[in-house]
Amino acid sequence: MKPNFFRRHFCLMAIGLLLLPSLVLSDENVNPDILTAAMSRLNNASMLDRSAAIEQLAAVQEPKAIVILQALLDGHLFNLKAENKLVIATEIEAGYTLSDAKNGQYLGTVTQDTVQKITLNNALRVALRKKIGRLELNASEAKVRINAVQAIAKDIDPESLVLLRTQLGMEKDGSVQDEIKLVLGLEQINSNDKSQRLAALDLLKDHASPAVVNRLNALQEKDATGQFVETDADVRNSAKTALININSKLRVYAAIETLFFGLSLGAVLVLAAIGLAITFGVMGVINMAHGELMMLGAYTTYVMQQLLPDYLGWALILSIPAAFMISALVGIAIERGIIRFLYGRPLETLLATFGVSLVLQQAVRSIFSPLNRSVASPEWMSGAWKINDFLSLTWNRFYILVFCLLVFALLLQILKRTRLGLEVRAVAQNRNMAKAMGIPTARVDALTFGLGSGIAGVAGVALSQITNVGPNLGQAYIVDSFMVVVFGGVGNLWGTLLAGFSLGIANKLLEPVAGAVLAKILVLVFIILFIQKRPRGLFPQKGRAVEG
Amino acid sequence: MNKMTITFRNTLVAVSMAALTCFSGSVYAEDTIKVGVLHSLSGTMAISETTLKDTMLMLIDEQNKKGGLLGKKLEAVVVDPASNWPLFAEKARELLTKDKVAAIFGCWTSVSRKSVLPVIEELNGLLFYPVQYEGEESSKNVFYTGAAPNQQAIPAVDYLMNDLKTKRWVLAGTDYVYPRTTNKILEAYLLSKGVAKKDIMINYTPFGHSDWQSIVADIKKFGSAGKKTAVVSTINGDANIPFYKELGNQGVSAEQIPVIAFSVGEEELSGMDTKPLVGHLAAWNYFMSVDSTKNAAFIKQWQEYIKNPKRVTNDPMEAHYIGFNMWVKAVEKAGSTDPEKVQAAIIGVEFPNLTGGTAKMLPNHHISKPVLIGEIQDNGQFLTVWQTNKVVDGDAWSDFLPESKPIIADWTAPISCGNYNTKTKKCAGQNYK
Repeated sequence: MKPNFFRRHFCLMAIGLLLLPSLVLSDENVNPDILTAAMSRLNNASMLDRSAAIEQLAAVQEPKAIVILQALLDGHLFNLKAENKLVIATEIEAGYTLSDAKNGQYLGTVTQDTVQKITLNNALRVALRKKIGRLELNASEAKVRINAVQAIAKDIDPESLVLLRTQLGMEKDGSVQDEIKLVLGLEQINSNDKSQRLAALDLLKDHASPAVVNRLNALQEKDATGQFVETDADVRNSAKTALININSKLRVYAAIETLFFGLSLGAVLVLAAIGLAITFGVMGVINMAHGELMMLGAYTTYVMQQLLPDYLGWALILSIPAAFMISALVGIAIERGIIRFLYGRPLETLLATFGVSLVLQQAVRSIFSPLNRSVASPEWMSGAWKINDFLSLTWNRFYILVFCLLVFALLLQILKRTRLGLEVRAVAQNRNMAKAMGIPTARVDALTFGLGSGIAGVAGVALSQITNVGPNLGQAYIVDSFMVVVFGGVGNLWGTLLAGFSLGIANKLLEPVAGAVLAKILVLVFIILFIQKRPRGLFPQKGRAVEG
Repeated sequence: MNKMTITFRNTLVAVSMAALTCFSGSVYAEDTIKVGVLHSLSGTMAISETTLKDTMLMLIDEQNKKGGLLGKKLEAVVVDPASNWPLFAEKARELLTKDKVAAIFGCWTSVSRKSVLPVIEELNGLLFYPVQYEGEESSKNVFYTGAAPNQQAIPAVDYLMNDLKTKRWVLAGTDYVYPRTTNKILEAYLLSKGVAKKDIMINYTPFGHSDWQSIVADIKKFGSAGKKTAVVSTINGDANIPFYKELGNQGVSAEQIPVIAFSVGEEELSGMDTKPLVGHLAAWNYFMSVDSTKNAAFIKQWQEYIKNPKRVTNDPMEAHYIGFNMWVKAVEKAGSTDPEKVQAAIIGVEFPNLTGGTAKMLPNHHISKPVLIGEIQDNGQFLTVWQTNKVVDGDAWSDFLPESKPIIADWTAPISCGNYNTKTKKCAGQNYK
């Protein structure tokens, strides 16, 4: 009877249902006294008491206990102040919906100030994870059991080892068995029996993890008297070969990692610069307010999230068109209001747009306050894609890389295939001739500037996911943006793409060697030297357009 | 300004005619005591300093409600140095010569303080500096109400070493004077505690650094060597959010590698998505979450003054609260706002701090403070996990740097020096050169 409940319970928990009133209630083996005692202790303010209560709850060996412990770890366990009773709460817009932690009874919704969270510190979190891991070893899903083994392995003690050994005897699932064997293997290296040690090495050498590498390294060390810690030469050599193998793999992973870091930094640079590649590159306008247009995009994301607090993902996706529109409109306003009077006078344009950038910054400061605004990342943008123990790629960077390429492709298509694109290119190549052919150059100027500004807004949405959303957001990127455009060759989108990526990778290659500060300086020096040699950048524009 | 004039008129009526006839000349200047507020209201530092300007206005307002000081009303003179370091010096000069303020409350970054220093010493003004800083300084004219390294950094490292059993250390900071000096002190301290050089990793990043991928990957690698690792972060302001985000995304949790920060407070957390930060640590001398009647009253007063029930309080605000009240007490004790007299009177002045102890102005112009270490909670507040059982005296010159070990600051007779070498018995002026 009981194991069955256990299984069903975990199955459901795995798919995210924490609250299971009826099922848990009908369990006959409830030990109400210990449970109540532990729970009232949990409610106590002192961390020492909470720690003892967790021990007690874990010892109860009840599915209900796990629900409470899991809720505690996830931050869902609250104290209902009026009744001094533990409740499990789920956040909703106006407050919380509550259910009784003891029997799962639905208790309705309350406002925020009627409940108080049961807080945890790091030590308790570690203890909780381990306890839950131990209890979950009995779970019906292999995946949950694997996670449980991994949770236990993080902080191994003799008691857990015994538990794992028994579990190995009962375990039917191959992958869980392997996982347990690995953990035990790390212990087995300490065995007195040489054949046992060699067997353990044999097992571990194909399962590289930081723990394994540390253990293997330890086998090579000498003690204070100059003697090897590991007395047996066979074991030592076997460990050495395994290490050499693992290290060569690690070098490949490290190279892939650096490449990814470089590409993702490059993607951010390209996103920031690509709008500028249009306004500065194609139109020749030095727009110092470009960074502030990105900032507007980031603030649009913030406002969107305020409007749709329960749908972070959708808010982010909807922010893309919204940010494009807002930044584009502001861009067009700047062009119509100021820049069009200053065409052909680059210095005055520079000063005027710099003024605009200060105005926009202070406007945001007055409207939203000088403090940074908090923009949350949706679930699918947090965390990392874990390929193995040594290589994982973070999702937010990955999406931004993809997003950057999409924006680039789209922009390229617009310039190549649409009527607007044709007119933009015509005006950029020869304004007077285009005018003679009946192209309304003033309108094209405004639209081109709007397009570049809109793209800046879209870049701001991406930036809101990796950096601060505050009035100074734009300043941090304006220099880099100009650098990328100039390096890539003014007026060439492909140049901007290539320049962004190569600068990103160069930066990431230099950073571990030279440090972040020096790496930045070196890249800057390199660009200056490069521009001396090739003043028109990587991909100079050719033909008559250059003279224009 | 209009409002000020009206208050002044009211005061005029209130003050007796006898007093008026005494001051035949400029009545306006004589009848109020001016207090300078030198905090950036625009530019990069506005994010932190605007709050302190509001705090000062609130404190002055409250003092005036209590009847002012020495029978006169206090008048705030607010200037905006716009996060521009040379402008700080210019504005300080303006406050002292044109407005003739009795004291200045201001500055945030060490650069701005260093920029104001020569002006304030030349014109013999008073500056109350409310932010934790790197030490190695004690000026006759400056009162340091924020933490010195021994009131923040050293206890934090002790906590990591003794309570969390940390064996490997990452000292990560933004590349400027405060992190550089603090890390120098911390490295010397760690080495003196027997930590091997290879177990210390030091890393500096530019201001506003936003791409932390490789650094976090390095920290992760450094921390996977089988020994408990912790990060001591002197990373400044804006660079923190991308840093913590990257830590979260790369799966570095506070349980594995805790980060203890010296510049992340409630105010900074209110602009962050706190999810990836839960469990990470900060060391301060004040937390908004500390449960005491004084603190509750202060929070209530602040939220009412600023008309926003969600605004948070933080450590530098408490420093201004203590500093301002100490100045008030000293002026009352001296019976005058004359800088020389206030300087003499303020040493030894005590004032209760918000967390339940008593702060005292020491002869080295620093104050005694409790040290609290807190874990970040998902509501943007700190849960105190450790605190000193009594207040710690601020030490101007670190004992862990060989060059500053023999140096002390003592502004009482017979030493009266901010940089006194106890070995050579010589005073090397006010500042460390």
